[in-house]
Amino acid sequence: MSQINRLAEGGLINRSKRLKFSFDGKEFEGFEGDTLASALIANGVSLFGRSFKYHRPRGVLTAGSEEPNALVELRSGNRLEPNTRATTIELFDGLAANSQNRWPSLDIDVLSINSLMAPLLTAGFYYKTFMWPASFWEKIYEPAIRRAAGLGKPPEGFDPDHYEKSFAHCDVLVIGAGPAGISAALAAGRAGAQVILCDEGPRLGGRLLSDKEYINDKPALDWVRDSTLELENLANIRILRRTTVFGIYDHGVYGAIERVSDHMAIPREFSPRQRSYRIITKRAILCSGAIERTMVFGDNDRPGIMLGSAVRTYVNQYAAIPGKRGVVVTSSNDGLSTVETLKKNGVQVDAIVDTRNGDMIQHALGGKRVQAVQIIDKNGKTREVECDLVSISNGWNPSLHLTCHLGSRPVWDENKNAFLPGKLPSGLAVAGAAQGRFSLQEALYDGIRTGNEAAELAGFDPKQFETPSAEPEIFDHRPIWRIKASKGKRFVDFQHDVTDLDIELANREGFKSVEHMKRYTTLGMATDQGKTANVAGLAILGEVSNRTISEVGTTIFRPPYTPVTLGALAGHHKHHEFRPTRLTPSHKWASERGAVFVETGLWMRAQYFPKYSGENWLDAMIREVKGTREAAGVCDVSTLGKIDIQGEDAAVFLDRIYTGTFSTLPIGRVRYGLMLREDGFVFDDGTTARLGEKHFLMTTTTAGAAKVMAHLEFCHQVLWPELNIAFTSVTEQWAQYSIAGPNARAVLETLIDPNIDISNDSFSYMACKSITICGNIPARLFRISFSGELAYEIGVPNRYGDALIRALMDVGKKYGLIPYGLEALTTMRIEKGHVAGGELNGQTTPRDLGLNKMVSQKKDCIGKHLSERPALLEKNRPILVGLKSISGKSNLSAGAHFLDIGSNPSLDNDLGHMTSTTYSPTLNCWIGLGLLKNGRERLGGTIRAVDFMRKTDVLVEICDPIFVDINGERLRG
Amino acid sequence: MRIPCPFCGERDLQEYSFLGEAGLKRPDPEASDAQKQFHDYVHIRKNTAGTTSELWLHTYGCRSWIVVQRNTLTHEIFSSEFASDTLKELTK
Ligand SMILES: [Zn+2]
Repeated sequence: MSQINRLAEGGLINRSKRLKFSFDGKEFEGFEGDTLASALIANGVSLFGRSFKYHRPRGVLTAGSEEPNALVELRSGNRLEPNTRATTIELFDGLAANSQNRWPSLDIDVLSINSLMAPLLTAGFYYKTFMWPASFWEKIYEPAIRRAAGLGKPPEGFDPDHYEKSFAHCDVLVIGAGPAGISAALAAGRAGAQVILCDEGPRLGGRLLSDKEYINDKPALDWVRDSTLELENLANIRILRRTTVFGIYDHGVYGAIERVSDHMAIPREFSPRQRSYRIITKRAILCSGAIERTMVFGDNDRPGIMLGSAVRTYVNQYAAIPGKRGVVVTSSNDGLSTVETLKKNGVQVDAIVDTRNGDMIQHALGGKRVQAVQIIDKNGKTREVECDLVSISNGWNPSLHLTCHLGSRPVWDENKNAFLPGKLPSGLAVAGAAQGRFSLQEALYDGIRTGNEAAELAGFDPKQFETPSAEPEIFDHRPIWRIKASKGKRFVDFQHDVTDLDIELANREGFKSVEHMKRYTTLGMATDQGKTANVAGLAILGEVSNRTISEVGTTIFRPPYTPVTLGALAGHHKHHEFRPTRLTPSHKWASERGAVFVETGLWMRAQYFPKYSGENWLDAMIREVKGTREAAGVCDVSTLGKIDIQGEDAAVFLDRIYTGTFSTLPIGRVRYGLMLREDGFVFDDGTTARLGEKHFLMTTTTAGAAKVMAHLEFCHQVLWPELNIAFTSVTEQWAQYSIAGPNARAVLETLIDPNIDISNDSFSYMACKSITICGNIPARLFRISFSGELAYEIGVPNRYGDALIRALMDVGKKYGLIPYGLEALTTMRIEKGHVAGGELNGQTTPRDLGLNKMVSQKKDCIGKHLSERPALLEKNRPILVGLKSISGKSNLSAGAHFLDIGSNPSLDNDLGHMTSTTYSPTLNCWIGLGLLKNGRERLGGTIRAVDFMRKTDVLVEICDPIFVDINGERLRG
Repeated sequence: MRIPCPFCGERDLQEYSFLGEAGLKRPDPEASDAQKQFHDYVHIRKNTAGTTSELWLHTYGCRSWIVVQRNTLTHEIFSSEFASDTLKELTK
């Protein structure tokens, strides 16, 4: 029969909407408004899972997000979500969930044998038991423990759903929509403030949904209904349901997750699964209520043992009866209202254990379900009471977690027997039970007061209105931390299977500080972060070490309040959207030609252009280098950073930035520039062209573009604000191609407009000028060469980039023009001894790179003084050399270390390392650049290049770093 | 974290890049002990636990370098102004 434990009437469920669902493959039926937990309870299910270490049967302890036991795997395939709390999963049609951490089935779990191994699994077991021998850990212990312990398994594939990130702004943020939160939102909203009201659950009301209270002598649910309506109708109030505020950050920033589609089988079209918010607010009010405490007695984890508040929630909110015969254990008046609720709904209450009268529960009996409890009365007489439900009420812990997120610690209150918020984050107020003010009247009062105050502090005029009245409540609570005399395991932290004896053991072994005890026992370190466990744990540590709770103190809560899906923090920033992708102006054309692309920073650059399908990178590179050196090649170099520098003081500024002098550079000329960091190491390099008296165009390395820009702005704004100068990044405004090779000039001459002379005499090496091409299209031409060939770089406004590459290839056909990619570009620069990323590694000075002639001795520049520190001038500092494989055929690898022949590979014998390598088609052998101690003196010698990572050990000849055209005749030709 | 920019107003932390201590004066390169002075300028920091003066770049905003007074223990921000005297003058 279905829903055997469902009451015939009542509850906030929609009985006209039946929902089918399954648990461990078994079909059930529930109603709209149910959670998975309430629907299973209504169907008589009490066993939900097996515990973390001991595989003990576990049921439901709570009815909220603090649940430590009822963790299930929700959904399947790539939407599978392990460790999901059945108490917060809203039921939907077709929901499928499975229990976890059991094998072969929930009912018969062979690994519950772990219980027999319990002595091995006590606190600190992983520090002690499996220490020796070390090799056993990886091979034997860890796999065994991993199989036996743990929670659910993650899905194997990618999550198919979308997640969003969002900002939200308001004057007043109200966290929690119970009586305090609703009142606070009403007060602030009526004053006119922009309010965001968040609640974890799908409906407003908090505890009023589960406790039959009265407000203004009417059922409290009427007040909830009327208030919800008013809040929904106020234009300045935004209600975020199913939204958990999980963290507080500096300056009024709050992190929240809205579970947009978690209550559906799959998200609606164009709708994300979850949305993460950064909420920026002037004021916030924490109205998160309190979490009831359990009691530490023998076998207190048996399914059927529940918090009193949860019992009342299942009965009143969901009309689901968690048992037929109840025992109510209480240390406050809360238990009495549980008794009333149970009796009113036909549940027999066979015993009321009010610990304030000296009665005590000793331990529970039963296995997969509680069957009886042993009770001892104030006269020491024991009796056994049969039951299938035990309700525990042992006071409340204010949900003050968020108040700790900026470093403040909670303070123990002797009267309330609870931790209360300590120093509050600026801008935050706390109302109601979260502040330890547990009565409904206090919640209503606090809500209105803090709502008004927050609105006023945010600049609004609060309206006067009366606080609704609630029935008086008597607070009389004396907590019971543990019943030491009871038999069986006494669990403190259910989710991590931590017992009171683990805490005793930790204390005995010297882990007396609360921080040490926590880590040694792992108390409070499970996914529930010990919401139902921590305070009992501290009390027990206090008891065994003769300290009060306030002397023991508490560990601190950190974000997130409840687990947050990483996907929701990443939003759309995943896979190819992880970072922006930048495409070069020739990208479309290059893709059409079948180019193979490589990511360099954010850019997609053509790595090589296979001539036929399947041509590998090495063959393609060799072909492209030869083609360029023999005829002509074209390469998209638009990715190089370009910074337009203008102003009266532009030349002076460049003199201070670069090691060389730019104030002497004539208009229409280009100069190579080296930039240092102030600590003397090389920062970036590139060419800078003088386009006018007060106008320069700087180029940077592709990777350095952004940081060079920031550096220039720093030097101007912070160091020399008196200079009259301005910079603009124009990297994306210009499409730029390098055309290199003996036929480069001929190719260009067919494109440039008539009467523009680029002959060697009128446009020599390192010249630049503005020209027009293809009939009045503006362009900039630079005679610069990275490849060592006769070469030009031509820049056109970005929008002409695609047309220009097609035009170049078209007219270049008869000159043998071919496109070349990053591989060929790199090979040619190594053949030419140009330094790049491998050499500009942040540890090299101009001298190390053989570029000391680039440093003007007539002036200061950034980094000059510190580049001349004594240690940097030492004779045996590794300096740049070229290296040639002796055999020619042996593959050289960047990162290989240099050693003398016959010396042992050790740090003392290390002579430096290889920074760049390539196969040189021009020399027909493997070559490299490297930094070698006393490199200049060793020219012509032979050393070993040893790479333990790639397992190579190659003999190399030391040579000049310029392998091709040492005198630079080609590029001047 | 929210940082006020004197040009753009209060903005989220993720728009900014941090550099370090503000108020360091680049030494006179002509000084006789210039190298020592540069060493201190580059490497020696107060590393205050408490209120500090810091340089931030409004990278994804107006690209102003700004000086922010911030308490490193509480993250409280007391003021922010342009690092550049010229910008300070211009926006008065
Ligand atoms: Zn700004």
